Amino acid sequence: MNRRVAVTGAGVICASGNNRDAFWRSIARGENAVTPLQGFDGLRFSHGARLRGYQPLDHFTEKELDLLDPFAQFALIAAREAVKDSSVVWTNELRERSGVITGSCLGGKLTEDDAFRELYAEKKTRFHPMIIPRTMANAAASLIGMELGLTGASFTFSTACSSANHALAHAFAMVRYGQLDLAIAGGSEAPFTLGHLKVWEGMRVVAPDTCRPFSRDRKGLILAEGAAMLVLEPLDAAEVRGSTVYAEIIGAGMTADAHHITQPSAEGAARAMRLALQDAQIAPQQIGYINAHGTGTPANDATETQAIRMLFKDHADKLAVSSTKSMHGHALGAAGALEAAATVLALHHGVLPPTANYTTPDPECDLDVIPNAGRRAEIGYALSNSFAFGGLNAVLAFRRH
Amino acid sequence: MPETTLERVTRVIAATQHFSPEKASTITGESTFQELGIDSLDGINVVFALENEFDISVPDDAAKSMRGVRDIVSGIDVLLTAKAEPAG
Repeated sequence: MNRRVAVTGAGVICASGNNRDAFWRSIARGENAVTPLQGFDGLRFSHGARLRGYQPLDHFTEKELDLLDPFAQFALIAAREAVKDSSVVWTNELRERSGVITGSCLGGKLTEDDAFRELYAEKKTRFHPMIIPRTMANAAASLIGMELGLTGASFTFSTACSSANHALAHAFAMVRYGQLDLAIAGGSEAPFTLGHLKVWEGMRVVAPDTCRPFSRDRKGLILAEGAAMLVLEPLDAAEVRGSTVYAEIIGAGMTADAHHITQPSAEGAARAMRLALQDAQIAPQQIGYINAHGTGTPANDATETQAIRMLFKDHADKLAVSSTKSMHGHALGAAGALEAAATVLALHHGVLPPTANYTTPDPECDLDVIPNAGRRAEIGYALSNSFAFGGLNAVLAFRRH
Repeated sequence: MPETTLERVTRVIAATQHFSPEKASTITGESTFQELGIDSLDGINVVFALENEFDISVPDDAAKSMRGVRDIVSGIDVLLTAKAEPAG
């Protein structure tokens, strides 16, 4: 069995918007959603991409919140929106053939950090019984499945910044090959706790105030929170139902650098993109847009440019590349999901979101990075890249529908 | 009048379970967890909150055997008595 797979629903919550439409409007306009961090002192960086106006009680009861780390809250909110958007009609049979496949780098880090502070600093001796189920990385997948009664294969990938792309790639394969008839797939992350911010500071890859991917004066990434979930199902089923199809997901390419724990490799990235094209059975020249990993670190953006040139050769000067992380920040294990949502919405609306905050060309990043202003373009095929610390790469290929 | 053990237990259960005032008013000394809709996971939440309320440590066996308010109140009274006795 080899079925065409459609993206029929999308749910998003992140700094750029608390729902899909707000997210899309904001990134299509090139709005930078990065803001000064409140409540964290003594850090070398001062900004983050945090949700605005988010009230957990608008979405959950107090009792539910006892069990929900913010990373699981975000995942549930995005999944609810995606499912509603897809207009899927649940039957018992479909529920048994539907799964939830999520990505998260950190799991319930906020809950864990609180508990460990109570232990180490406050010398507390008793701990809340819900800390374990709140912190486990698969909490989001399990809770979404419980809420919707989905009993098909479900699991969670944790591959740092590629987590969501690995989740989406696997969900795509399972629907394509008939192991699932529907997948809710994506990623979620909630990294804003002092302990975690301090260890990021130690890595010296976070920009002091803003993220300028591909720009010569780029100084690093900006951390972000949020989630995005997509509904993947066979194109036939979507057409029978008359559901909106944002795009088809047509290929995935995954590689490991086996090179260095944090330094990226152009070869590994290029091979992942090549495998995605092969899997999709399309030629490099057909790609019109790449949603780059584009973290805004000096190393990533130069290496990613090199990888794109290595694979696309002359066509690298014809395709458009942007980093939406310049606007919604780097949401780690949710990054690939936010960017997959951005990519399918770009194909659907015929608008390419820009790379915001761009000031100065860099000869090492000499691509058309759609600087600062979105662009109307009817693109047939697009890639979305994720290249994780640890050298684990995952690239998704999409086709306009 | 200081709160009785039963009153404190009732208050802790209602807070832990986020009961409405109406639902909280139905808790009696004879209420079972089943009647109150408290499952086994909720039950260990309640025990955790009671440990903090009474500054006691409830052994695993006792925590697992509690089936209702009566078990809790009698168990806590035993633990409080033990705590009050001088060590020797």
